[in-house]
Amino acid sequence: MSEVSVTKNAGGPAPAADRLVVLDNVNKHFGALHVLQDIDLTINRGEVVVVIGPSGSGKSTLCRTINRLETIDSGSITIDGKPLPQEGRELARLRADVGMVFQSFNLFAHKTVLENVMLGQTKVRRTDKAAAANKARALLDRVGVGTQADKYPAQLSGGQQQRVAIARALAMDPKVMLFDEPTSALDPEMINEVLDVMQQLARDGMTMIVVTHEMGFARSAANRVVFMADGRIVEEAEPNQFFNNPRSERARDFLSKILHH
Amino acid sequence: MNVLLDYLPEFRAGFLGTLEITASSGLLALVLGVLIAGFRVSPIPPLRAFGTAWVTVLRNTPLTLLFLVAFFVVPQILFQGASPFVLATLALGFYTSSFVCEAVRSGINTVPLGQAEAARSIGMTFAQTLRLIVLPQATRTVLAPLSSILIALTKNSAIAGAFSFPELFSVSKLLNDKGYTVAWIFLWTALGYLVITFSISGLFRLLERRMGVAR
Repeated sequence: MSEVSVTKNAGGPAPAADRLVVLDNVNKHFGALHVLQDIDLTINRGEVVVVIGPSGSGKSTLCRTINRLETIDSGSITIDGKPLPQEGRELARLRADVGMVFQSFNLFAHKTVLENVMLGQTKVRRTDKAAAANKARALLDRVGVGTQADKYPAQLSGGQQQRVAIARALAMDPKVMLFDEPTSALDPEMINEVLDVMQQLARDGMTMIVVTHEMGFARSAANRVVFMADGRIVEEAEPNQFFNNPRSERARDFLSKILHH
Repeated sequence: MNVLLDYLPEFRAGFLGTLEITASSGLLALVLGVLIAGFRVSPIPPLRAFGTAWVTVLRNTPLTLLFLVAFFVVPQILFQGASPFVLATLALGFYTSSFVCEAVRSGINTVPLGQAEAARSIGMTFAQTLRLIVLPQATRTVLAPLSSILIALTKNSAIAGAFSFPELFSVSKLLNDKGYTVAWIFLWTALGYLVITFSISGLFRLLERRMGVAR
């Protein structure tokens, strides 16, 4: 797995131009719950950042604020140098550049697999139908569900649905991909087929922010692990450093609970 | 019995009148209702407020009062010289649109939030999300209440008869005044309404069955 980190510019501060996603002093409350507290996080182009932490630590919320599915109370989020706009056309345009993969897949239930992957291209990017269909089929082949193109989402297994969801996001040629616990709703035997696709994406140089409980994926594919607890980023480190020698007590406690049983 | 045969042209005109006014105001109500439902779930607060006000005012006003406004106030301000057909369509269509709006909105709420989130995450605007993703999936749920609303509209259209628009109810009133047996007049009038309402439920049953196969 060392080849992964070789292809990435791991370590060393990246020049400003390479900062793709920058969160600066972000705060968010859900009522009385302070779910994101003073979050500073920078993701560079081509980097794979895995966010882990106990449930309720705010990691999913963090992921969802980056394309403004959740609004923030204070602080700023910039993507490729542009601050997140208010709700409206401009935000829609920006979201097209940020791919998102959900825990519950959220494939359009009334559209076939092929239509799911075509829809964003034709309606948002205004690509013509034939080109969109070609690209959709190529992407479906790439994630290994090319033969399912004409089925409806409900006819597919969870692992297949999630791979279609990845293809749907990739069809927009996103600058960065957000994964919000992409394998948490899957049966165990289907997790690997999705992780394999994500590994491949990481190897191809896609910028990825992955919220997950899959420590194996974090170890092998991540350039950096971000550990969150109680709405704060407690620790940021390279995977080896984090898993073998975590600095914070909170991270040691968390790892001891999930790694040894 | 022979009241039907003696006044067949009148009954025919009345039936067609009811059919016409039901169809035109039903169409208006569907278009407006879906539009206002979109307003009510829109991210833009003024649109939401407008939608809420629309439903509150029109749903809570007695239909007869709306007819009075449509026939005696509206022509003073705009639509001068509009025909009773147009004015009755406005009154019935606006009134019914508030019920259609609420039925559509309840349908929208049955579509899982994740569907809209996924649509937004690939860059669709609010209007695209609603039109391409949410409304098509809401349709199935909306069909059942919608058929009830249109049947109620058919029967409500009788009020137009009291406002000089010729339809089934006004025919029955006319013959009543001429002294024919009430029972026979009502039987034939009721039959006219039943033909329309049964057609509506039949059409919607068909639609529901077809939508059922689509997923």
